Amino acid sequence: MDERMTDAVLATEELTVRFGGHVAVDRVTCRFRAGELTAIVGPNGAGKTTYFNLISGQIPATGGRVLLGGRDVTRLSVAARTRLGVGRAFQLTNLFPDLSVLENVRLVIQSRRGRDFDMWSMAAAHADLAEAAEAVLERVRMTDLAGRKVAALSHGDQRKLEVAMLIALDPKVYMFDEPTAGMSVDEAPVVLELIAALKAQTDRTILLVEHKMDVIARLADRIIVLHNGALAADGPPREVIASDVVQEAYMGKALEDV
Amino acid sequence: MLKRILSGDMPQSRALGLILLAILIGLAFAPFLFPGTRSLDTAARICVFVALAASYDLLLGYAGIVSFAHTMFFGLGAYGVALASDGMGRSFGALAAGSLAGALAAAALALLVGLFSLRVRAIFFAMITLAVASAVAVLFSQLSGITGGEDGLNYRIPRALTAAARYAEEPFLGMRLTGKVLNYYLVFFGALILFLALLRVVNSPFGRVLQAIRENEFRAEAIGCRVVWHRTAATVISAVSAALAGSLYAIWLRYVGPDTVLSFEIMVDILLMVVIGGMGTMYGAAVGAALFVLAQNYLQALMGAAAEAAAGVPGLPLILDPDRWLLWLGALFILSVYFFPTGVVGRLRGR
Repeated sequence: MDERMTDAVLATEELTVRFGGHVAVDRVTCRFRAGELTAIVGPNGAGKTTYFNLISGQIPATGGRVLLGGRDVTRLSVAARTRLGVGRAFQLTNLFPDLSVLENVRLVIQSRRGRDFDMWSMAAAHADLAEAAEAVLERVRMTDLAGRKVAALSHGDQRKLEVAMLIALDPKVYMFDEPTAGMSVDEAPVVLELIAALKAQTDRTILLVEHKMDVIARLADRIIVLHNGALAADGPPREVIASDVVQEAYMGKALEDV
Repeated sequence: MLKRILSGDMPQSRALGLILLAILIGLAFAPFLFPGTRSLDTAARICVFVALAASYDLLLGYAGIVSFAHTMFFGLGAYGVALASDGMGRSFGALAAGSLAGALAAAALALLVGLFSLRVRAIFFAMITLAVASAVAVLFSQLSGITGGEDGLNYRIPRALTAAARYAEEPFLGMRLTGKVLNYYLVFFGALILFLALLRVVNSPFGRVLQAIRENEFRAEAIGCRVVWHRTAATVISAVSAALAGSLYAIWLRYVGPDTVLSFEIMVDILLMVVIGGMGTMYGAAVGAALFVLAQNYLQALMGAAAEAAAGVPGLPLILDPDRWLLWLGALFILSVYFFPTGVVGRLRGR
């Protein structure tokens, strides 16, 4: 445990949130290291997305701490955490619908490169931003859709753009919330390969909420199981998947295929 | 070159380009194209309101912020010039100092209102701006010792800007080249610079972030944008521009009063100009302001002529009576919002 503490990029300590009388995330203590891909599993309503919201800051914690590189970020805003290196792709598509695909990605890169307050130059003159955005679109194979308005994209393409924006942000901590949900069988592998490539980079910490067991088995170095908001299991995929408790209670039939 | 001046934001429609060109030429040569005190006054009014509506569009159309305090900033600029001219006597120094003081006061107030209330939900922000604007309007009408109260202030501007100054013995193209013409060009170029500066801001990286925040505030935060600061910055820029437009107006009118520069009526006018022209396009503000001021000034006369022409038809003169011009103005707004939900510019750009 000590060894983990020292090189943990992200850690939560006793992280808790209560909504009225309901404890949605219950004293979750967990550390995440660079180069490690952790899958977060559990039945619906187990608090997986809420746990994500607490880490990235969309919901304020009612107890416990979030540490980023050893620094307490529990009280920081979403924007501040993002600038410190927590990036998030959302489960429900969450884009700028009236802007083009390229503009969506370009905005992320503009923000990352700290040019958001430049008021006196033409946005179009920042060719480097557009180039970087085009490179990202190339990686998710969306180049041909660059000029399309986001609202006019198919659901699968919107999901892909969601991932593209996270890649454009290039944070230290990548948080994917069911990245392949709603994607066609052609599209999902593109995204999974991107995630695998990020993992191979070894300097990024990846958190993945996922239901599909084949995806988890292929990508995860570690699985944590949430149940009723609490940490129910934590360990290497084989062990966690094999454990009786998990088999029976949380995985059900899905695991028998693995 | 043109692209640079327009900050890369081309009209994107031939019809829109022609309309804008017509407005520009009409305003640039107004003293010679439309001689007469009344038409020159209308032209100056259009110049001021183009700048004012554009500054409001930065907030409403680009940043998606609904504020009812815009006339307050406009009024601050106008009163700045009035008070400075009143206190320092007629001089260009007074005009400059008044404009500067008005702009600084507007910036400070916008910063305060923005930082304190842009964190809350949009509807509450709108209410807060309404409350602050009402308070300031009451304050200006009550402090009659300083502001002249309800009567407002009459003051003198440098002689070089009044009809008393002659710059040529002979009329040029039917217009006497007096200080009034010079004053008009001060207003025209002032408004033009303000408009182009605002066009530049909305087409900058900053302007793009504002649009992103308008589209999806939640996501904008998640890509690292400091939403409150962006909104506050937009409010301050918009307020300063409105104040400068107010200063131009005060220099032109040589009078300020609560009804002319602070009333809620003007706020509604600006809102309509932006909506009719097309929110989220600076050109929409220009087209909307031009249409609106023209309608305000000439609809009555037009209806008088129409009523006379229709004198023989029973009933028609009654509804075309010039006294009912407000009714027709209202009907025009309803129709334009109904048929052009994205405004005139939105329609012309095919959106």
